[in-house]
Amino acid sequence: MNSRLFNWCFKKSIWVYHANAGACNGCDIEILDVLTPYYDVERFGIRIVHTPRHADALLVTGPVTRQVRERLLRLYEATPEPKLVIAVGSCATGGGIWYDSYATCGGVKNVLPVDIHIPGCPPKPEAIVYGVAQALGMVPKQVQAQTYIEE
Amino acid sequence: MNLQQVSLDLFYTLIFPGFLFTAIVGLLLTWVDRKITAVVQSRIGPPWYQPFADVGKLMAKKMVAPSGSSIGFFIAPLISVAGVALASALVFRALINPQAGFVGDVIVLLYLMTLPALALIIGGASSRSPFGAIGASREMSMVLAYEVGFLLSIIAVIIQSKSIQFSGIIAYQAAHGAIAFSVSGFLALCIALLCVQAKLGFLPFDISEADTELIGGPLAEYSGSGLALFKISRAMMFFQLPAFVALLFLGANQLTLLSLIGLALKLLAVLALLILIKITHARLRLDQMLRLFWGRLAVVGLIAVVLAMVGW
Repeated sequence: MNSRLFNWCFKKSIWVYHANAGACNGCDIEILDVLTPYYDVERFGIRIVHTPRHADALLVTGPVTRQVRERLLRLYEATPEPKLVIAVGSCATGGGIWYDSYATCGGVKNVLPVDIHIPGCPPKPEAIVYGVAQALGMVPKQVQAQTYIEE
Repeated sequence: MNLQQVSLDLFYTLIFPGFLFTAIVGLLLTWVDRKITAVVQSRIGPPWYQPFADVGKLMAKKMVAPSGSSIGFFIAPLISVAGVALASALVFRALINPQAGFVGDVIVLLYLMTLPALALIIGGASSRSPFGAIGASREMSMVLAYEVGFLLSIIAVIIQSKSIQFSGIIAYQAAHGAIAFSVSGFLALCIALLCVQAKLGFLPFDISEADTELIGGPLAEYSGSGLALFKISRAMMFFQLPAFVALLFLGANQLTLLSLIGLALKLLAVLALLILIKITHARLRLDQMLRLFWGRLAVVGLIAVVLAMVGW
């Protein structure tokens, strides 16, 4: 009973912390677009917070450069449980054009356990809202994770 | 003092006019605040249960204590909630049962309403975070500034009504009309409203929290239940402080239905004024705020006290 109540609360109120892990600022501008009155994510209970201690979800953009890797890990540790990690943009989902660069880790999934990927370069604000809604289970998932199998 | 008396007092403090009642109404009022803000910014805004979902979620989350933080980090949220709960128990019991008050309860109320700010200072200073330390020091200067104005406006009311008992002030207004209709009372009301704005940490006086520069100031290191308690105490203050101002300045109130509806309307009017000031103003710098409160508002407050002594 209690856990059902808390699950409901968690779904209705999600505070996100926006972490730039070496992105080109394209995705960051789209994330700021989501928070404007036009999209008004406060009606879903989504709010941006300015410290990881208050956060429930980390919106990570960028391919995670080597310099920022340690900071991202510390950020993840500073966020209290339970927490979600949402990778926003092509670079965060798989490294983008820097997938095999010596200077990046090639995507957030190589550093942190990612709950949901939002692809796009940059993703539209609608896509970001839709992705966060999927991560919360408000919308059913349409794509499954697939791995390459050699026949 | 027998067992029945003690349990009755506990009930008053914890459930009916005290903690639980004030917390629920206060959280609903924070929704009103967020909804009005949304409408002014031409948005839809959150659903009515949003503050409850926020607090419930924070309660369920883990509370992370920064390494090296002292015991003050854990007791500060409790001090904050306890202060507001006691203050609201005193305020609303004076309305329900005028005999329940005691001589000088307005002075006690003043001290109790300072407790949340003190809790913020304790919590921020013991969180071992530079943001918390800066926020705590700013909060300290702000307390010293706005308490002067608040005290002067209350002194003007006390001189005018010749009573330092909360129910006595309400009874004086029943006999002589609202205090805000006299010149000194009106000046005192204006100062008290600005001080309430500062006490609530609303723009233009959210200098100690300053989301964009201090990432929450004293609250920066709080998470989970500690943050939830601070949010609850802030919501309770959002109900109790405007109610205090409405009872003190805006006329008589009895326990009749009509009078209670009138009180609710007065409360909403005060809240709407506070919210509109909050939405339409940008943050002041600390020195501007200190100059405003120690300079102009203190002078206006002294004028109000003198006028009250003359009998205007």
